[in-house]
Amino acid sequence: MSSLSYAAPTSIDEAVGILAGAQGLARVMSGGTDLLVQLRSGRTKPDIIVDTKKIPGIMGIKDADGGFVIGAATSCAVLGEHAGLAAAYPGVVEASGLIGSTQVQGRCSLAGNLCNASPAADSVPAMIAARATAIVVGPNGQRAVPVEQIVVGPGRTSLAKGEFILEFHLPKPAPRSSDAYLRFIPRTEMDIAVVGAGIRLALDASGIIVDACVALGAVAPTQMLVPEGAKAIIGTKLDEAALAKLDAAARAVCNPITDKRGTIDFRIKIAGVLARRAAAIAYKRAGG
Amino acid sequence: MSKQHITTTINGEPMEFLAEPHMALLDILRDEMHLTGSKEGCGSGDCGACSVIMDGRVVCSCLVLGVEAEGAEITTIEGIANGEDLHPVQRKFLEHAALQCGFCTPGLIVATKALLDRNPDPTETEARYWLAGNLCRCTGYDKIIRAVMDAAAEMRGA
Repeated sequence: MSSLSYAAPTSIDEAVGILAGAQGLARVMSGGTDLLVQLRSGRTKPDIIVDTKKIPGIMGIKDADGGFVIGAATSCAVLGEHAGLAAAYPGVVEASGLIGSTQVQGRCSLAGNLCNASPAADSVPAMIAARATAIVVGPNGQRAVPVEQIVVGPGRTSLAKGEFILEFHLPKPAPRSSDAYLRFIPRTEMDIAVVGAGIRLALDASGIIVDACVALGAVAPTQMLVPEGAKAIIGTKLDEAALAKLDAAARAVCNPITDKRGTIDFRIKIAGVLARRAAAIAYKRAGG
Repeated sequence: MSKQHITTTINGEPMEFLAEPHMALLDILRDEMHLTGSKEGCGSGDCGACSVIMDGRVVCSCLVLGVEAEGAEITTIEGIANGEDLHPVQRKFLEHAALQCGFCTPGLIVATKALLDRNPDPTETEARYWLAGNLCRCTGYDKIIRAVMDAAAEMRGA
């Protein structure tokens, strides 16, 4: 019989105490849509599951100085229904809305999608492009970590024993700024990204890009920033020359694998294509 | 680990059960509560046959731990009809013959009810995307979508 135990702590301190003091494997649960699949298939055999959803502040979205604080375990369905978030960060909302089915959306969360640490996680490139910060709590208190520093490899994160993500902070959007996320899948729904591209950019009054952040997923062991891609389009009106440079910069950072979803060559080519297209959408949304 | 005592509400009735932490809500519903309308198709959240409404959201009960049901309100396929009166979604599935083997039908009806509770006037595209996580290997989906759209129209009084 299973020796698994379950705890649903109602405070940060209680959760940290349980996780830090756990004997054997402790797994943090938000929506559980990855964890339960692994549990039922026997791929993970935790000694304890710590359900975070009863911790105050971990569910729900708050406005904060023009930006947003998103509780780490907030379901992606709730993200999609938040008009203010969808207006300010349409790329983050469309990326998180691509995770699984309606049924999965009702449970899955940004923290789960991030900490499951799949290179193909849809919400992660969009969160990186949005310059989202994860608020990590643990035995040594609280620390703010850029989202791109959480995942260190497939299935592995930088979180130490006893730590978990409490919330994400999205900064106040700059004037005339917006974002977009695109992924390639061979069908229209319910699939895993072959390549994903998230881009956020800001324009000046004349439509010139003054700030940009480009991130890619599923083309390397972790999602990653593409600083050269941002440089390629800053100072431009996203003309054809800028798009070509962005395309090349995106392709240059790819370090993908060949698997049943796509070959190395295909993934590299598509990374460039999606970066162009996502940039075009974000530019238009920003008012360009 | 000993079983945990869980108090919950299923189809409007206060219910209690004992659950080991690893047990999925689906297994509790079927094996402990004898509510066998929710089906296990894949057991991995892909097929939607185990769909239930939990605190207002349609979820796969195979991806919910039974112990998470503490304090929750759950509606299963057994709670969709009003006594002997079928819900309009159930009636339209019959009228349109939107099923063959019937294994996916409880999940589709629960998911459709959740859709129409939230969006009484969905487009066909919205309905198809909403139900993308409910797999049917018999019908080819066309009759299902016709039943959904007809149920929506009737429920709006159109």
